[in-house]
Amino acid sequence: MSVTQIKFYQVGSFAVGNRLLRDDERSVQSDPDRTNALTSGHRACQGCGEALGARYALDAAMRATGDQLIAVNATGCLEVFSTPYPESSWRVAWLHSLFGNAPAVATGVAAALRAKGNHTTRVVAQGGDGATVDIGLGALSGMFERNDDVLYICYDNEAYMNTGVQRSGATPPAARTATTQSVGDHPGNLFGQGKYLPKIAMAHEIPYVATATIADLRDLEAKVERAMTYHGARYLHILVPCPLGWGSASCDTIKIARLATQSGLFPVFEAVNGEMITSSKIRKKVAVDEYLKLQSRYAHLFSPQRNNEVIDHLQRIADRNIARYELMEE
Amino acid sequence: MLRQVEGSKAVADAVAACKPEVICAYPISPQTHIVEGLSKLVKDGTLQHCEFINVESEFAAMSVAIGASATGARTYTATASQGLLFMAEAIYNASGLGLPIVMTVANRAIGGPINIWNDHSDSMSQRDCGWLQLYAENNQEAADLHIQAYRIAEEMSIPVMVCMDGFILTHAYEQVDIPTTEEVSEFLPPFKPRQVLDPMDPVSIGAMVGPESFTEVKYLAHQRMIDSIAKIEEVADDFEKQFGRKTGGLLRSYRTEGAETIVLALGSVIGTLKDVVDELDLDGYSIGLVGLTSFRPFPFEAVRTALLGAKRVIILEKAFSTGTGGIVTQDVARAIEGLGLEDLTLIAGLGGRPITIASLRSYLVEAMDDQVERLTFLDLETETVTRELVKERALQ
Amino acid sequence: MDKPYAITLSVGSSLANHTGSWRVEHPEYVDRMPPCNKACPAGENVQNWLYMAEDGSYEQAWRALIKENPFPAIMGRVCYHPCQTVCNRGFLDEAVGINSVERFLGDHALEKGWKIDPPAEETGLAILVIGAGPAGLSAAYHLRRMGHQVVIRDATHSPGGMMRYGIPKYRLPREILDAEINRIREMGIIFQLDTRVDDVHDALEEGFDAVFMSIGAQLSKRTFIPAGESSRILEAIKVLRDFEDGERPLLGRKVVVYGGGNTAMDVARTAKRLGAEDAIIVYRRTRDKAPANDAEMEEALEEGILIKWLSTVKYVGEDNLMIEKMALDETGFPQPTGEFETLEADSLILALGQEVDFSLLGNDVDLDVVSGLMDVDGTMMTSHPGIFAGGDMVDGDRTVTTSIGHGKKAAKYIDAWLNDTKLESKKEKTPVSFEELNTWYYTDAPHAVRERLDATRRVNDFSEIVQGLDESTALYEARRCMSCGNCFECDNCFGVCPDNAIKKLGPGLGFEIDMDYCKGCGICVTECPASAMVMVSDL
Repeated sequence: MSVTQIKFYQVGSFAVGNRLLRDDERSVQSDPDRTNALTSGHRACQGCGEALGARYALDAAMRATGDQLIAVNATGCLEVFSTPYPESSWRVAWLHSLFGNAPAVATGVAAALRAKGNHTTRVVAQGGDGATVDIGLGALSGMFERNDDVLYICYDNEAYMNTGVQRSGATPPAARTATTQSVGDHPGNLFGQGKYLPKIAMAHEIPYVATATIADLRDLEAKVERAMTYHGARYLHILVPCPLGWGSASCDTIKIARLATQSGLFPVFEAVNGEMITSSKIRKKVAVDEYLKLQSRYAHLFSPQRNNEVIDHLQRIADRNIARYELMEE
Repeated sequence: MLRQVEGSKAVADAVAACKPEVICAYPISPQTHIVEGLSKLVKDGTLQHCEFINVESEFAAMSVAIGASATGARTYTATASQGLLFMAEAIYNASGLGLPIVMTVANRAIGGPINIWNDHSDSMSQRDCGWLQLYAENNQEAADLHIQAYRIAEEMSIPVMVCMDGFILTHAYEQVDIPTTEEVSEFLPPFKPRQVLDPMDPVSIGAMVGPESFTEVKYLAHQRMIDSIAKIEEVADDFEKQFGRKTGGLLRSYRTEGAETIVLALGSVIGTLKDVVDELDLDGYSIGLVGLTSFRPFPFEAVRTALLGAKRVIILEKAFSTGTGGIVTQDVARAIEGLGLEDLTLIAGLGGRPITIASLRSYLVEAMDDQVERLTFLDLETETVTRELVKERALQ
Repeated sequence: MDKPYAITLSVGSSLANHTGSWRVEHPEYVDRMPPCNKACPAGENVQNWLYMAEDGSYEQAWRALIKENPFPAIMGRVCYHPCQTVCNRGFLDEAVGINSVERFLGDHALEKGWKIDPPAEETGLAILVIGAGPAGLSAAYHLRRMGHQVVIRDATHSPGGMMRYGIPKYRLPREILDAEINRIREMGIIFQLDTRVDDVHDALEEGFDAVFMSIGAQLSKRTFIPAGESSRILEAIKVLRDFEDGERPLLGRKVVVYGGGNTAMDVARTAKRLGAEDAIIVYRRTRDKAPANDAEMEEALEEGILIKWLSTVKYVGEDNLMIEKMALDETGFPQPTGEFETLEADSLILALGQEVDFSLLGNDVDLDVVSGLMDVDGTMMTSHPGIFAGGDMVDGDRTVTTSIGHGKKAAKYIDAWLNDTKLESKKEKTPVSFEELNTWYYTDAPHAVRERLDATRRVNDFSEIVQGLDESTALYEARRCMSCGNCFECDNCFGVCPDNAIKKLGPGLGFEIDMDYCKGCGICVTECPASAMVMVSDL
């Protein structure tokens, strides 16, 4: 009987930290001296996934760049809850752009740094799904095409949350929003072909594209760190559940993000120059029901009884993702 | 250095002499030659430490400019007409954040119907956005105004639009003395931003300001705009001292001493008007001319002083407020309140229609004889409009 | 930098906004009962010493362990580890090898020569412990720690009780046993061996302030079996004891053991080692009813011992015996079938159970015996004030660990009785269930398996069968612990708070909720892997 090598420590690489790991083996979030790029006192709802995602991503970016970071933020929840005069919860250099131009403003910041011969300060642009896939798509595409040295982060909560939960181009099928109510013959958002930005980004063949969720912090941080090793246009798409808009319990935010990946509905992967290079394998596969039933934006699919047609359709979408992005371990 | 150049090139070279760090622009007639000129200077290495960004829309152009300026870079862009409107949201943002961007507006009519020729409807549509608007009379002034604009903008933390008539100035070849980079460096120090994105001293720029403070922010912007009146004059004076010519400033009076009638106008038409005024003065008429350089901020005091003593002011405008009348007229009317001056509005040159000496003369003579309406459209095809009006009114 | 009014803000100015005012509930850190702790008959705080062992703080872990149980090296070899049976990790992949780690710590301590300090102060009180088995040794140890003077009297020649005279060497090497007993002896406990106590009341008159009886159950249960004159019928206890004392009992080549408990297994396996060709166990009932421990039975079978279930011994001859097959009736009770079988047998060893020898009670009717066991109350005291009892002589599981638990419990109550105080009864805590844990965070890691000597090889000698873990596997094993109900500083709460409202106090110091900013969303509680946090209402 051979002695097994110690590959992990009790909670492996899934928990935020671990007292048994060396400091450099732990996550950025476990460090008491983390930047807290988005600190306390902001006005996000209880259990806000975006607040968590933003802090995770920016703390990792600050670590990866040696605190040499400038952030540009589109209009939306993140911007509104973080900078109502006179309180700003940002602890990094930060500029609010407008709704549809965060990528372009970030391009300007990057250009200015280059013109000044500053090759150390890096630029991050961030926006919600509405700002990214709808109103800002032109600017984003322009930034991609020019390969400007900007990491664009999309916090995807699948609707225009800040203005009251209206449908965006990223709203998934069957979801209830204020403009796709759960009434009529086809309650919730219609089944369309979607507007899947990660693939659009890959089509631009930019150096690095990745998806992530707040349920896997280590993965998210690694992707931010990796993104910062590239120069040029990079895109990171983070799923951030919204308890208010999704109708879920505030304590379930991370759990729901986890179920999104484990059901296959949200594939987690990386692509370099337009080709997928890795995908995160599903650890404990679940049926889409497990994910849907925690959110009242899908309540109409379960009451008065399970809507088999729609849920099965969603399951097929999940299964297609699993096949397409190779989400199961061989 | 004195050169025979196209207006656009003169502007490009003048801007280049200011050592901008970021230039971004989206092509639109008639500004294209300016940015083409600058792109060449950057690409061939003449203009160093400068990033030229080919953006995907005017909205992106102003956005890039905002990002660059907020990072402490001297920034330049140019647009016209539809492009100016497309970046409208960003324009307000630039002035709201106090970013000293300098932008050339190659004045062009706004569609529909689409029209690529010169008038002032584009810049006039943005008169309330909080940018300074300086109008060039000729290409020398166009070049000089850009240099002065950077100093005004950076010292006041307000962005500046330098307006030059599209095609008429941009595409005209004139003799222009273009200052060298060294000369401009003497006049224009490096950009020291009031606020800047700096990881070593981070701040959050662009907060959401609510009802309790918004008014104050706007009031402060208002006051700053008013304060820039003095700055415009100061910078023009300094420019004259260094370069030996009077360009820029608030306005220029021509043969207004003792004039009974004064024509007030902006832009290249001033040149035409000078000729008409010379002619008419020779023919014994009492007429003078005020060429307004600074439309925003509107120099009420200076205009009032310039028009004092006249009996009549005729405001020649290349744009108007549909259904209402003249735009500049409204500001002028306020400036001359209580002076007992009569004001007449002449709308001319819309959509690039040439303003001829003959037409002007004809109108002015009638005007000086009190034979004109309060509001006149120069060279209007009355037959056509009458016929069309009859038709339209029958439908209503 | 000259910030324009209102448009530009200083970083972190939001700290002025105390969003804590929003909440209706807030999280709190709690220490809950892990199932292993609850199940341990010796009352060890298993989760606690595993926690310390995880980062290599072996001495700290060992000292925490021996606070409750002084014999980890012994435990690691003989305990049936009920902790592992209830270990929540078992629902994930496999139970943590708690027993292996305990053995590792025990062996490591012996290797390092770590000692237990004698008490700083003496109380001046003296207690007599009768019987140097696990219960007595444990009681003596705990009483000595409290500063009392302790004398242990035992009728046999060496201390250890059933640990020496019942459990064979190959399960518990004598060097280990001796070392751990000597270590507590060095605390100043006085051993009087070869000293039989005939009447416990005399002891009281001697001047002891209290007495703890732990004489075990030494008498073999007998049953009448027809036998020939020269048939060899032996008692398992005696066989084992004689062997321990250095004799080699003559068992013959074919040995039959009658009984289905651990003693039956032990004696059968010892018989084989003593040279028996065959050892057959005969048991009246079925396997599921046999009281022997599963692991023991497995090992016995691997060693080639045969077991005849549902059989009784009818007659013992000189070189054979006759067994009758039984069958279960409708009530599940074995009934004779009338079918017989003859087995070759040179000897029959009876391992039918043990009874307590109550002769030391003297004639006092003040000490109650109920169903053949010493009757004690919830404080381990008999009906005679000042006389306590524990171990195999009272009601309870007859295992070493349970006896050690009795000894500890009795010591506490003896001390309280001597000081005329009452111990508060601890509230029953519900152990953390598997469903309450957030097991996502634990990676799959099966139990490292201890090495075992090849079955054939090990039958020939008495070397220890199960080898211990080396350090890296022991660490691996300890680190599989999910720390049910107790914070192990995984930083999850610190990391998942969207409002950055948890403060990390430093290694070993845990965390604190920043009530100025906590909005009460509850993510921390949901994502705590160990269920060491709860939400508490603010209303």
